[in-house]
Amino acid sequence: MTSHTTLDRTDGRRKAARRGSPGPEKPGRGRGTSHRLAPYLLIAPAIILELLIHIVPMVVGVWMSFVGLTQAYIANWSTAPWQGLSSYKLALDFSSPVGNSFLHSFEVTCLYTVLVVGISWTFGMSAALVLHRNFRGCGLFRTLFLVPYAMPIYAGIMTWSFMLQRDNGLVNHVLKSLGLTNGDSFWLIGSNAFWSMVIVAVWRSWPFAFLMLLAGLQNIPDDVYDAAAVDGAGIWKQIRHITLPALRPVNLVMILMLFLWTFNDFNTPFVLFGAQPPKSADIISVHIYGASFVNWDFGFGSAMSVLLLVFLLVVTGLYLLVFNRRSRRA
Amino acid sequence: MREPVSFKVFRVVVLAVLTTFILVPMWVLFTSSVKPLGDVQGKFEWWPSHVTFQPFKDIWSTVPLGKYFLNSLIVCSISMVLSVIVAIFAGYAVSRWRFHGRSVFTTTILSTQMFPGILFLLPLFLIFVNIDKVLGFTLLYQTRVGLIITYLTFSLPFAIWMLAGYFDGIPRELDEAARVDGASTLGTLFRVVLPAARPGVIAVAVYSFMTSWGEVLFASQMTSPDTQTLSIGLQSYSTQINVYWNQVMAASLVVSVPIVIAFLLLQRYLVAGLTAGAVK
Repeated sequence: MTSHTTLDRTDGRRKAARRGSPGPEKPGRGRGTSHRLAPYLLIAPAIILELLIHIVPMVVGVWMSFVGLTQAYIANWSTAPWQGLSSYKLALDFSSPVGNSFLHSFEVTCLYTVLVVGISWTFGMSAALVLHRNFRGCGLFRTLFLVPYAMPIYAGIMTWSFMLQRDNGLVNHVLKSLGLTNGDSFWLIGSNAFWSMVIVAVWRSWPFAFLMLLAGLQNIPDDVYDAAAVDGAGIWKQIRHITLPALRPVNLVMILMLFLWTFNDFNTPFVLFGAQPPKSADIISVHIYGASFVNWDFGFGSAMSVLLLVFLLVVTGLYLLVFNRRSRRA
Repeated sequence: MREPVSFKVFRVVVLAVLTTFILVPMWVLFTSSVKPLGDVQGKFEWWPSHVTFQPFKDIWSTVPLGKYFLNSLIVCSISMVLSVIVAIFAGYAVSRWRFHGRSVFTTTILSTQMFPGILFLLPLFLIFVNIDKVLGFTLLYQTRVGLIITYLTFSLPFAIWMLAGYFDGIPRELDEAARVDGASTLGTLFRVVLPAARPGVIAVAVYSFMTSWGEVLFASQMTSPDTQTLSIGLQSYSTQINVYWNQVMAASLVVSVPIVIAFLLLQRYLVAGLTAGAVK
């Protein structure tokens, strides 16, 4: 698209800087050591804080997973008995009840994540396609669609919790007036709880997909579409062959972020059901929370957190490897 | 551009479904907050048959909402200010210099964002309890100081990541011109780069405030009745005997409105920052 001539070199350099590629920063270009030291001084506060809030806790977290850190040892951690890998063995022994409930919680979380990310992407993509083209009242919809994302998480979830109440909730009221049920279903216990949790999570997270995709759409230059239109491609063909491929980088990051947030989600089940959700909605963060703060077994809780982290690192690594390579080839 | 009928139908369906999906809960939130307790406990009604603003008065006395509000305000503001200040320096360094250890630093920042909060909650809990034990008084566990520190675990990496992306969008020629005029590194940052990045800084501030304002996990373990924030405090409208649903809804409305308005006013900048960081 853009032709690079030697004449617009400065422009090209500015673009390169904007993209964040290595700039022409030459240390010591007449400025001496103070300039070379500057970046280290600038990131020093961040490094100190990172050590305090991330690195040290992670090291402690891994250590915790190897000791029998039950309630009695929380204030005397140095005396906690070393147990090696036994917490890991317990978590991964799927034939035992404890390991089995960990596996079950992992499966629930996987299904939950796939559904929430999938539906959120579909909603967000549809809304972005529709609202990208200006029409009367389009600004109003754009604003409205962002509200669930902007609201404090618990406020939105508590509203849903009220709507899902058995006797005085909207959901049963509507289902009864439509003649679909007799209006006395429980939505927050049993197997229904899982579906309630999915709907609430989608309500909150699809606007994020919409926000990112709308921004991505606005970065696609119009002339690409014009050229396609001249060639006789209809709107659906344009969406398939121009819009979706062009959104690839945005999708790559957005889906990864949604995946991580949903997989690590604690708020939705905790606000809907409390510290001990129904088995169908026992997703992993709350499961670990329960083991740690309800059963007071920090060693076991930490071992499960470390396993969760390893899983996320592997999945994220594979995801970036596969999709980054493919988009580079494209 | 010509739109076929199929696209027009698609638009109507999408807008109708999604608007309903969003508006119904908001309508319930709003109308339930102006119903008397008896009405919200009875059969559901779309239109409130008796409108009352009493719940908006009662919310402040049923539970110490004022205290929760103040706690949230203090914790969220301080962690926001801290993470924005630290992120301005770090983001500037990452954006303008290629130094040794840069990629280790950025990789750490990026990856800690994906770690589950529960991973940090357990060790921080243990560390805080034990530091307090050594000190002999409560400095960290269940205090505002401790909560501010834990909130940095998610607000700081995000702030650094977004600001570095935003600074990348500001032409280096500006820095170079300032240097030629004899400005120091900090002088350049504060007089030239920062003013140009003001929308980004505001967006990062709003975003980190917003995430802290809605934080539930840390708040559930790292607070005492005195230091509880809104996210946990609001759950105390449900007692063993009664759930004051009208007050829950009124309080939810009160704590949501300011943050939603701020977000909607600033979302343009937020999107610019998010996508600048994302597409790199």
